[in-house]
Amino acid sequence: MTERGFFRWLRPWIFPAVLIAAFEWYARRASALGSDALAPPSAAAKAFAGAALDGSLWQATGFTLGTAALGLLLGAVLGIALGLVLGLSRRAAQLGSLSIEVLRPVPSVALIPLAMLTFGFGVRMELAIVAFATFWPLLVLVQSAVQQIEPRLLEVSRVLGLSARERAFKIVLPAIVPRLFVALRLGVAVALVVAVTVEIAANPNGMGYAMMIAQQSFDPALMLAWLGWIGVVGFAVNAGMLLLQRVVARRMGVQP
Amino acid sequence: MNDQSRVGPMNWLGSFAVLCALVALWWMASNAGWVSRVFLPTPQATFASLLDGLNLSGGSGNGELLAFTQATVGRMVQGWLLASLFGVLLGAAIGVSPAVRAWVQPTLEFIRPLPASALLPLAISIFGLNPGMVLFVVAFGAMWPVLLATVHGFAAVEPRLSEVARCLQMSRAAFVWKMGLPNAMPDILAGMRLALTIALIVAVVGEMIASQSGLGQAILLAARAFRASDLFAGIVLLGLIGFVSNALLALAEKRLLRWQQP
Repeated sequence: MTERGFFRWLRPWIFPAVLIAAFEWYARRASALGSDALAPPSAAAKAFAGAALDGSLWQATGFTLGTAALGLLLGAVLGIALGLVLGLSRRAAQLGSLSIEVLRPVPSVALIPLAMLTFGFGVRMELAIVAFATFWPLLVLVQSAVQQIEPRLLEVSRVLGLSARERAFKIVLPAIVPRLFVALRLGVAVALVVAVTVEIAANPNGMGYAMMIAQQSFDPALMLAWLGWIGVVGFAVNAGMLLLQRVVARRMGVQP
Repeated sequence: MNDQSRVGPMNWLGSFAVLCALVALWWMASNAGWVSRVFLPTPQATFASLLDGLNLSGGSGNGELLAFTQATVGRMVQGWLLASLFGVLLGAAIGVSPAVRAWVQPTLEFIRPLPASALLPLAISIFGLNPGMVLFVVAFGAMWPVLLATVHGFAAVEPRLSEVARCLQMSRAAFVWKMGLPNAMPDILAGMRLALTIALIVAVVGEMIASQSGLGQAILLAARAFRASDLFAGIVLLGLIGFVSNALLALAEKRLLRWQQP
């Protein structure tokens, strides 16, 4: 029984281990033949340890995560606010629908040059793009969450004569909390992807830029180390949000 | 929700009026100089840039934007088709067998949150700066949603259907073709829609980094040269590409899934 449990625990790791071993073998052979485009994973691990020791790893990771979080905060506050309005008032939703349909498909990366022009390089441009990218999914998901609130709850609030503000904070927001966390989880994933993309394309800060620089200075080991680290950070953040979402859902009495 | 399908002409008109009001606000903000025209060109300048670039203004246009749009759309569509093909093939191969799923799926889940554009530096150092490299990254990045959706669709086949297939002694290929794929179709189509969005994004980023001619490179160069109206024209075109491709796919989805509706 315990042996079986151990195997179950081990099984997810075997496929990636085989992949990495094959890559190690291939990269070693390629570098023996004089190619400097690739590095074996063992060299990448060494480069990773170096970056972790000299602090550049934590600094770049902090920048990316911090900017993504701030951008998400901005995009989420605006998206939730507008989503509440559009969800509560059918007339507002109908009036705004065409504008939203026209603006929403603009790919967030198309705004990179505009943000560069407006804000220059740095935190603000990345923030603006992350906020734009996270605004739309949150708007749409919050709007549909509000529209799916049990109608009797809204009737109760009308009978009680609650003001619009009280209705939003006492009835609507608590009712949509589980769905809100689903939307936020999506928002976190989008924010992280967009932040790294902006850094790769333009902004000279953070993890994406560190990887780009490693590539441009022909340091494939460091580049692979960054690629792996970005994967780990993305996975960890997403797993954390999934956990949070489940905890919140359980607290709010919803069986997922 | 249920009377959203019959939106009256009045509502449509109001919705259109709001959009016009937004454009009017843009017109006012740029013409009155509330926002510097270095960042925010006037709508008429943007429109003129669009006409000029698309060669619609009668002789004087250079037609640059038209060529760039074709390049970007071509890259996006090719990458998306490759992604859909390989995503469905690999997804079916993985999804049809519970054993393979158990071995491979954790790895797939790990790779899923990785930004597709993060593969650009790796692809550059392997393939160099060329159009094939960008196409590869577009296809690879857009493949994940299709692949994972296909795996999920196959995993969610009703167990009784699998039993029926076993009773009828269907071959594995017949099972994939007659039960797995139809069952996974809604998932696959949703994945393909997400893949199209990703394909556009990665194509634009790829053009920016690898300087392949296309809208991505065009808007980056326009921003560097402070040609704000050209920049906005490019953004408008990219928005249009996103809008049209999404609308077309939504239409196709509705037709393909008609058999599901009662």
